[in-house]
Amino acid sequence: MGVRPRRALLATTLLGSLVVVSACGGGTADSASGDVTLIVKTFSQFGYDELYREYEASHPGIKIKEENIGKLGDYTPKLQQWLATGKGAGDVVAIEEGILSQFMAKPDQFVNLLDHGAKDVSANFLPWKWQQASTSDGSKVIGLGTDVGAQGMCYRKDLFEAAGLPTDREEVGELWPTWDKYLETGKTFKSKKPDVGFYDSTGSVYLNMLMQSGDHTYYDATNKLVIDSNAAVRTTWNKSVEMVKAGLSAGIEQWSPQWNAGFKNGTFATIPCPSWMLGTIEKQAGPENKGKWDVTRVPGDGAVRGGSFLAVPTQSTHQKEAAELAKFLTSAKGQTAAFKAKNNFPSSPQAIDDPVVQDFKNPYFNDAPVGRIFGESVKALKPVYLGPDNNAIGDRVGNALLAVEQGKLQPDEAWAKAVDDAKRLAK
Amino acid sequence: MVTDLRPSPATSTAAAGSTPPRQPRSGWRDRISRVEVRWSPYLFIAPFFVIFAVFGLFPLIYTAWVSLHDWDITGAGAFVGFDNYVALFGDPDFWNSVFNTLGMLVLATVPQLLMALVLASLLNQKLRGVTFLRMGVLLPIVTSVAAVGIVFSQIFDRDAGMVNGLLGLVNVDAVDWRADKWSSWTAIATMVNWRWTGYNALIYLAAMQAIPKDLYEAATVDGAGKVRQFWSITVPNIRPAIVFTVIMSTIAGMQLFTEPLIFGQGGFAISGGSLRQFQTVSMYMFEKAFRDFDYGYGSAVAWMIFLLITVLGVVNFLITRRSR
Repeated sequence: MGVRPRRALLATTLLGSLVVVSACGGGTADSASGDVTLIVKTFSQFGYDELYREYEASHPGIKIKEENIGKLGDYTPKLQQWLATGKGAGDVVAIEEGILSQFMAKPDQFVNLLDHGAKDVSANFLPWKWQQASTSDGSKVIGLGTDVGAQGMCYRKDLFEAAGLPTDREEVGELWPTWDKYLETGKTFKSKKPDVGFYDSTGSVYLNMLMQSGDHTYYDATNKLVIDSNAAVRTTWNKSVEMVKAGLSAGIEQWSPQWNAGFKNGTFATIPCPSWMLGTIEKQAGPENKGKWDVTRVPGDGAVRGGSFLAVPTQSTHQKEAAELAKFLTSAKGQTAAFKAKNNFPSSPQAIDDPVVQDFKNPYFNDAPVGRIFGESVKALKPVYLGPDNNAIGDRVGNALLAVEQGKLQPDEAWAKAVDDAKRLAK
Repeated sequence: MVTDLRPSPATSTAAAGSTPPRQPRSGWRDRISRVEVRWSPYLFIAPFFVIFAVFGLFPLIYTAWVSLHDWDITGAGAFVGFDNYVALFGDPDFWNSVFNTLGMLVLATVPQLLMALVLASLLNQKLRGVTFLRMGVLLPIVTSVAAVGIVFSQIFDRDAGMVNGLLGLVNVDAVDWRADKWSSWTAIATMVNWRWTGYNALIYLAAMQAIPKDLYEAATVDGAGKVRQFWSITVPNIRPAIVFTVIMSTIAGMQLFTEPLIFGQGGFAISGGSLRQFQTVSMYMFEKAFRDFDYGYGSAVAWMIFLLITVLGVVNFLITRRSR
């Protein structure tokens, strides 16, 4: 037992403690037969499966492969990585509105769709939706709108009945013309059903209220951080804290396993549901709960939350074919099909007015006339400008609200922390 | 063969006068063989060092280089010297993550190694089906860490978790495991302990089997009980194994990542709780580098992890060496 074993040990310590940072990338591959394979990158549910088949049938030689990542939070950093490294983004990418402005800051990463005849289809989109993905001088369009996050409020009929509340969707909608009335309804509900949350998490209600509160949120139109000077944000925060204090929250974070299970188990009675969330609810609650969930109007004036675009990255080796596919998927016909598949509400006025959409009833939600409910919400909506780090700041504000829910921070401390975190992030 | 190549002095002397014709060839062979003897060991271990240089040393040095830059996803920006480190030292989220990591390290390593010691001494007895039992303690290590994370996250769930259910039986209020530092650390340390105790126990067991039996016999004759024998014979004799496990557990503990990440929830799980209650320093590095894409800052965090592990390793080493 001389010096050697010790040295060896010390060496082991040093070698073993090396921290290796590695990143992985992906690539696209074409089949050898001369066919063109277009890779479409999406998150959550876009409802394009049938459209792909139709497009493949009408365009011989084109194969479409969708690569999906479930959570937007996981998809965003991947997309940034693919674009920055010039590899892995495929041919068509989905961009959610909350992350759009950071990509608009680097328009060279995307093909100008005006070069591929996008001008001819501009009337297919609500004007503000078209504008969102255009550069300020209008010389470049990087994305075509898919859906808009028209808002509704989903609720569990069986839980409402047990709490002695009305269950008919018209009557339920009349319970909450405003968020204050929603809060009151929640208090009534909790007095009858103390063990069930009135909504899933305060962050979810907060976000919907925030998107109704003005034309911008954390950033102004010049991308200046205004989280602490925009009174609308603070007002929304205060209203959310009121709801926390009333004990309405089930305290279940969105996109967590408990949240997924909550749809099935009925651990919360309502959830603000943008149109694209209906697909998630149906999938998580499962066929055995068909008819238990229903959907009605959202409190306050309609507003938009979420909604996406399709873009073609410059790294695509089949830009022309990809742009054609993006135009097809975002056409009024494509949007109508996606709406029927997953209730992603169209951003195309033609599709919105299409009787197929207007009269569409969702069988899973007691034949709720979702086309009409969301259509009314969309008519009332005003576009909201979201700045570069919008979603990342939203994550931090959500954490602060959660800390209030958990009783770990006083509301004022939590607000100060959220503002501080946002400033450090955007520095 | 040997005599053929290296003629004995006697034959050399006998052949003195004329240069033996084989001499140059044998000198050449001789040199080859000397080179071979001298260098072939290095050649044999070279693959490790080549791979280590490419995948270990190079990233390490490159990370240091990146950490001195304002480096984002689009590539190298300006050289900023030690600015990233200066910012890091004033970053409360970084120190919070270091504190969390050390806390979980203690909670995960100390009970784990103590349990492993006890388990090993039990497995060292004459038992029925001892091979089966010895293999059995290794089973947790075969389980994928993600599966462990998912299952234990459910066990420690606030609303429907088994632990809260059991606590409810004895009238203890349900614990919101993710809301506090102590509770989230306990849950995560439990995952680590469950997975690694058996592995460490087997290392101890191997060391214990090398202890001469007569030591125990002599101790028994002298009247030492089982417990006394354990602390006075077993533990001192397996000290090198203990040093090894302490150091390896420390290294693994400082890099704790998957368990707390899976224990976290929602789209922003990398923050490790609403107030970063259980965000480890590796999670913080990941958040900075791969979510905020501040590669320079993330690399600085990575280097701090390296330095911290090195310091801890040396401290561990010195302490365990002293307590001889």
